[in-house]
Amino acid sequence: MVGFIARRLVQSLFVLFVMTLIVFFGVNVIGNPVYIFASSECNQACVNGIIADLGLDRPVWEQYFVFVGNALSGDLGNSFTFGVPAMSLIWERLPATLELAFAALVIALGLGLPLGILAGLRPDAISSRLIMGVSTLGFSVPVFWIGLILIMVFSVQLGWLPSIGRGDTVSILGLEASFLTLDGLSHLLMPAFTLSLFMLAMVIRLTRAGMREVLHADYVKFARANGISETRILSVHVMKNILIPIVTVLGMEFGGVIAFAVVTESIFSWPGVGKMLIDAIAVLDRPLIVAYLVFVVFMFVIINLLVDILYSVLDPRVRLGGGAR
Amino acid sequence: MTRAVDTPPALAVEDLRTAFFTDAGRLDVVDGVSLTLRRGEILGLVGESGSGKTMTGFSITGLIEPPGRIVGGSVKLAGEELVGADRARLRALRGRRIAMVFQDPMMTLNPVLRIETQMTDALLAHASMSRAAARAKVRDALAEVGIAAPDERLRAYPHELSGGMRQRVAIAIALLHEPDVVIADEPTTALDVTIQGQILALVQRLCRERGTGLVWITHDLAVVAGIADRIAVMYAGRIVEEGPVDDVLDRPAHPYTRGLIASVPVPGRRERLPQVPGRMPSLLELPPGCAFAPRCAQAAEACRARPDLLPVGPARAARCHFPLVETEAAR
Repeated sequence: MVGFIARRLVQSLFVLFVMTLIVFFGVNVIGNPVYIFASSECNQACVNGIIADLGLDRPVWEQYFVFVGNALSGDLGNSFTFGVPAMSLIWERLPATLELAFAALVIALGLGLPLGILAGLRPDAISSRLIMGVSTLGFSVPVFWIGLILIMVFSVQLGWLPSIGRGDTVSILGLEASFLTLDGLSHLLMPAFTLSLFMLAMVIRLTRAGMREVLHADYVKFARANGISETRILSVHVMKNILIPIVTVLGMEFGGVIAFAVVTESIFSWPGVGKMLIDAIAVLDRPLIVAYLVFVVFMFVIINLLVDILYSVLDPRVRLGGGAR
Repeated sequence: MTRAVDTPPALAVEDLRTAFFTDAGRLDVVDGVSLTLRRGEILGLVGESGSGKTMTGFSITGLIEPPGRIVGGSVKLAGEELVGADRARLRALRGRRIAMVFQDPMMTLNPVLRIETQMTDALLAHASMSRAAARAKVRDALAEVGIAAPDERLRAYPHELSGGMRQRVAIAIALLHEPDVVIADEPTTALDVTIQGQILALVQRLCRERGTGLVWITHDLAVVAGIADRIAVMYAGRIVEEGPVDDVLDRPAHPYTRGLIASVPVPGRRERLPQVPGRMPSLLELPPGCAFAPRCAQAAEACRARPDLLPVGPARAARCHFPLVETEAAR
């Protein structure tokens, strides 16, 4: 287990190295950020001054070595635009995104599992066909369109839900959270639902497929032959089996949801990291972009690790790293 | 099947009919099966693949799933009718009064639940006791089916046990509540021959001790010869011959039974085994009369009419217009 985790971390360091290399040089090729955020009064001498100040006059490879040297000591650089450490900007924005992503996950599982079970139990019923049809929409209709339609219906027409921002937040453990106040919750509902749609559709389909397969397994028939109640069979004997693929796929998807909630955050003006990334790209704020992507890679590594561990908990046949046997 | 019994039968199946309604048409997988099983008796239900023996087992326990359903007949468990009983009642009976052991021990146990969870679930389905008491009880049940170090095995997952051991666990689960009837569907087919013998002896002993009636479904006549008191031979969803196991195996009355017996290899004889010619017809295109007639060497004009299961000797019956044994008792 420990060896497995260590190997994973070493692998991720390699991924990090390659990723920073690509992003660093890639962003450099696109253009010079100084021309974007220098004010119009700034003449060439002033611009040169800024460039020298940021260290952009040095060769790219030299800049990269400076970056790596600093990164190894934990410093991912200061944002060009804000002049403060890039990581502090990310940490500041992250709780909002995490809250949105977790809310989306809760919706995806809380709604997706029961609907998938229903569709799996009675595959031919009208309700099941309806569920499956709607889940296809979740896959195929673009997120921004759904978001806009939701705003149109619930904010503009009905006036039930606010469409912008986080609303009132409460501080818990030093982090701001929206879901603990009624106002915050009403702000959270639409963006979280929008963000969850893809995961929701996936959970429904995976649950249904799992049900169709597991319900016909001999061990379910055996459990029935032993008179175990249908509730217990569904909630334990069947559920534990179908959770395995769901955890795998959701784990992969969830990292993406946190990292690239960009579209949803933009539509609902949710003050998260996705919105920050878009702004950073617009002004070629390289330290912020690189720092964010380093952070994303780390997050993916951690999530995948957690998924693998969870996987081995759910499926006793899986032994991590071949250590146990 | 017109035999008088002294004690009320543990299981009485009367003209049981189960059909599957598929796109291709209606399949009568169980076509008027009648069986009687006394307490402590072992009945071997024999037939080749597709003869309906497994479906008979599932029909008796009410575990037929769509597109199949029971379309007629009666199943009485110690006098109580199971056909048409509501789901809650069936659930209350299954596992407690009537239990099943399945063919493939690799598939019977849930791969992601500990043996302990699966056993205590089966136990607590019909008994209320503390988890600790339940654990003690299932541990004893494991020890009783000959599993060494039961405490350790309780914590194991199915994949950590051998096939024979898994089948022992399944048997322990089936016998947890000392049911009146156990239906064992080819429980030794997937096992090594040596393990097969052990399992046979184990089930035989446990059922005899507890007076449990046992229906042993198999395609293996040797197994039936070793374990059963009576034998019922199935063909195309119907019982074609029935009687005490030794009588039937020594002097089969139905040509199909004779063919089955002849195709069992005998140690020491190396000549080519005779086979029953042809194969079982699809249930969609059964001949109108005797289902076996197309493969039968002695089929005649009369076989175009469907034969009934008629007595051919003491406690024996066969579904044939020209039974191979005819005694005075029958005529």
